[in-house]
Amino acid sequence: MRSTLTSVWSLTNRFLEWFGNLGFFAWQVLRAAVRRPFEGRELIRQLDEIGSRSFPLVALAGAAIGAVLALESRASLVQFGAKAMLPAAIVFSIIHETGPVVTGLIVSGRVGAGIGAELGAMKVTEQIDAMEASGVNPYKFLAFTRIVACILMLPLLTLSADFFGVVVGWIANTLVEPISFQKFIHQGLAGTSFNDFLAPTLRTAVFGLIIGMIACFQGMRTRGGTAGVGLSATSSVVLSSLFVILADVILVKFILVFFS
Amino acid sequence: MMPEQDLLLAAEESGATAIESAGKTDAPALVLRGIHKSFGSQVVLNGIDLTVASGETLAVLGRSGTGKSVLLKLIIGLQKPDSGSIHIHGQEITGLDIDALNEIRKKMGFLFQHAALYDSLTVEQNVAFPLKRHTKMTASQQRDRVKELLAAVGMERDLEKMPADLSGGMQKRVGLARALALEPAILLLDEPTAGLDPITSDEIDALILKLQEEHDMASIVVTHDLHSAKSIADRIALLHEGNVLIEGSFNDLAKSGDEFVSEFLKRDS
Repeated sequence: MRSTLTSVWSLTNRFLEWFGNLGFFAWQVLRAAVRRPFEGRELIRQLDEIGSRSFPLVALAGAAIGAVLALESRASLVQFGAKAMLPAAIVFSIIHETGPVVTGLIVSGRVGAGIGAELGAMKVTEQIDAMEASGVNPYKFLAFTRIVACILMLPLLTLSADFFGVVVGWIANTLVEPISFQKFIHQGLAGTSFNDFLAPTLRTAVFGLIIGMIACFQGMRTRGGTAGVGLSATSSVVLSSLFVILADVILVKFILVFFS
Repeated sequence: MMPEQDLLLAAEESGATAIESAGKTDAPALVLRGIHKSFGSQVVLNGIDLTVASGETLAVLGRSGTGKSVLLKLIIGLQKPDSGSIHIHGQEITGLDIDALNEIRKKMGFLFQHAALYDSLTVEQNVAFPLKRHTKMTASQQRDRVKELLAAVGMERDLEKMPADLSGGMQKRVGLARALALEPAILLLDEPTAGLDPITSDEIDALILKLQEEHDMASIVVTHDLHSAKSIADRIALLHEGNVLIEGSFNDLAKSGDEFVSEFLKRDS
């Protein structure tokens, strides 16, 4: 019993320590962010790295979701005599939940691992020290630019996942029962407002903040050579995915309260 | 001591601008007083006092784990001492905020033990990095300066190569070129010949000597290599158990009757 309590106490302590260090890291990034220079070129490079290079994977995942939703939902809706609701079911579920969450998790995997490993390798090979020694603030040059790029790119990537999901959902649907794209969209968007579209998409900016912040934090605190780099990459993905899911639950409740 | 105290007062009053005025005086390039540094219960530096004059080269010797590299990281502000003071050209740096510290860092060059080149950038981009960040040079001026620096270290033909394509000695040369990019007043070299064959080590030593003559910098060289220390340093400080055991010329060390010093120098005889 005592050993269990000790383990729980130790785990709680480690968790609180990690959170405290993350808060301190966020404060340092924020402090660095408001000082010149603003690292425009590096930000553009990161927008390209995080945005354009994640696009194919995100688009493919969106397309797969659209196809699966169309195939899976059709049988159930037909059974209940609600076949006409199929476009609305596909569009609504993609825009509201699956598009944002799947994009968040895919970017957690691709970008989180990339940032964690890259910054981790830079840390253990003293490249971050070299940057600091040459009078460049790594919290701004390395962390701030990546975090901002994640925040800006997540909503755009979500839009692309939504687009490909809806288009492929329509294709999968029309292969079984032909319907024009215009009619599909018209039925899909019937009864939805701009808020239904805006709030779920913008909540992925919070996912971007979580992914960028955690991946940069885990990368820049790497210790222990190549094994440490591997751990940083893994922990970046695991922790950012976990917090994206938690944030999703909280934000969905928030959106239901304030935007419905 | 009085001019140094005046400088400290001036620095406190006017922040980073005092650095420039400090650079114009006769203040030593670097003064360390009572530096203590521990990691947990392990005491690494236990009251280090060192002074390096402008244009002088000090080699810091000592066994592995005696805090030689930590000393360099304290000087450039990558780590903070537990107590003690560090003056760069008369300016106390231990309490400076990040902006003021970065101004000081621009006047120092640091060659890391494994060169620490940015592995996503080419040789040219590595050397140009501090120029892009801290000067108003045009792209062509930067390119000319990079070529000049790389020519000085014999790497002018490798502009487009990536660090991974270079040997250890070549990486050190590029690291040296990058450290010299902003024409530093103080050069910090962490094990510049470690892991290199004797011929490459001699080439690096010759290069450091040549650059010191050309640029008249104060240099601190941390090394295990007695041969290298003898050839490039004006003065040697031997660290032992967190303190400077002996400081002087190589001959002063050789004449010392201290058992540890004799033991340390034995390998070179």
